[in-house]
Amino acid sequence: MNTKKKELKVSAIANGTVIDHIPQGHVSKVMNILNLENFEDQIYFGANLDSKKYGKKGIIKVSNRYFKDSEINKIAIVAPTATMIEIKDYEVIKKTSVKIPDEVIGIVKCFNPKCVTNHENVITRFTIIDKENLKVKCHYCEKITKKEHIEFL
Amino acid sequence: MKNRSLISINDYSKEELLKILKIAEEFEANPRQKILSNYVIASLFFEPSTRTRLSFESAINQLGGRVIGFTDSSSSSVKKGESLRDTIETVSLYSDLIVMRHPIEGSARFASEINDTPIINAGDGANQHPTQCLLDMYSIQKTQGTLDNLDIAFVGDLKYGRTVHSLVIAMSMFKNTRFHLVSPEELKLPRAVKEFILSSGLTYEQYTDINAVIEKVDILYMTRIQAERFADPIEYEKVKNSYILENSMLENSKDNLRILHPLPRVNEINEDVDTNDKAYYFQQAQNGVFVRQALLASILGLR
Ligand SMILES: [Zn+2]
Repeated sequence: MNTKKKELKVSAIANGTVIDHIPQGHVSKVMNILNLENFEDQIYFGANLDSKKYGKKGIIKVSNRYFKDSEINKIAIVAPTATMIEIKDYEVIKKTSVKIPDEVIGIVKCFNPKCVTNHENVITRFTIIDKENLKVKCHYCEKITKKEHIEFL
Repeated sequence: MKNRSLISINDYSKEELLKILKIAEEFEANPRQKILSNYVIASLFFEPSTRTRLSFESAINQLGGRVIGFTDSSSSSVKKGESLRDTIETVSLYSDLIVMRHPIEGSARFASEINDTPIINAGDGANQHPTQCLLDMYSIQKTQGTLDNLDIAFVGDLKYGRTVHSLVIAMSMFKNTRFHLVSPEELKLPRAVKEFILSSGLTYEQYTDINAVIEKVDILYMTRIQAERFADPIEYEKVKNSYILENSMLENSKDNLRILHPLPRVNEINEDVDTNDKAYYFQQAQNGVFVRQALLASILGLR
């Protein structure tokens, strides 16, 4: 808790959401998935921060914006370790870990070069068949992609 | 099953698959009922597959239906760069149902989501070919009188053969199926499919010698081993002749054994097997017509 408080002080937000423990290198993907690139209020983000738990991590702080569970879970596939911290009047009011959803629409690219999603204008769609080891199955070509081969769009 | 596309064998439940097989029996007894005389079926073959196309077209023609379409994409607007979406949208306006074969995996699923016109997948690359699976099931049921308690051997290329994968998955729905998997080391059944067998509460055994299974099985499902599947041509030369079935090998096989093959064969079944009563591959191909008739009739709401 102490470290958390220190971090928040660096660029504390009065109201909004802190997305903490984003895996190294995935900050911009999270921004992209949550459509924060076009967000008009203040956003702070940091990368290569030290984390006791994960070595290096990223963090995003969004002013005056809260996320629905369905939005939060969308980032689970790129940032399964992330935590969402809701802030009101500088106080933490809620902390949630992201949950891997049952299905991912868009976001992930099918690794199969012969898949229709790599040839026609089709939005990718995967069911997550193993949440622990992150294995996804393409709704179209039915091929299974393992965690280490997952690529993002 | 009215208006439901058939893209993957898993789209239909066990009961629905059995229902199609039941209807196929009716068409086998009477294949020339003119129930499709008011229907136009599109047959879109984005890659050539003469065998499958002729089977579908024969099924449709015998039922009095009309067929429109193309036999390979070089003679169609696809060659001019039309998207699959546009082709399907357009053809849907001209037909009641679309049969499609396409080299791209997942293309049939995508096509089935474009609008309400039902699609029958006649093969999408290495992915699915559900009507082959249905006709294999029909052939097994017809020759054995049941789909339960069978010993089934799959021989040859079990790694890349989608026909084998689909049939293994389909037969895993039935009671006490025992799978005997015969292949070279390089072409073993993929782990995911074997896991599926186990997760269905069934068992399998793996072999490299075909002679080890011939006497204990009810169905011998032969497949072709293709040279291009081997990284090392020497490996292919080593195994290519060890998976050839000859009539003499069948001497001590069970009376009810039947030999299946998705065809075309090259040399994996010697022609001297053809006159053996246990050879069933040509009737198997003919069963494809009845099963496709049953499927068309079900999807169009005529059965
Ligand atoms: Zn795919």
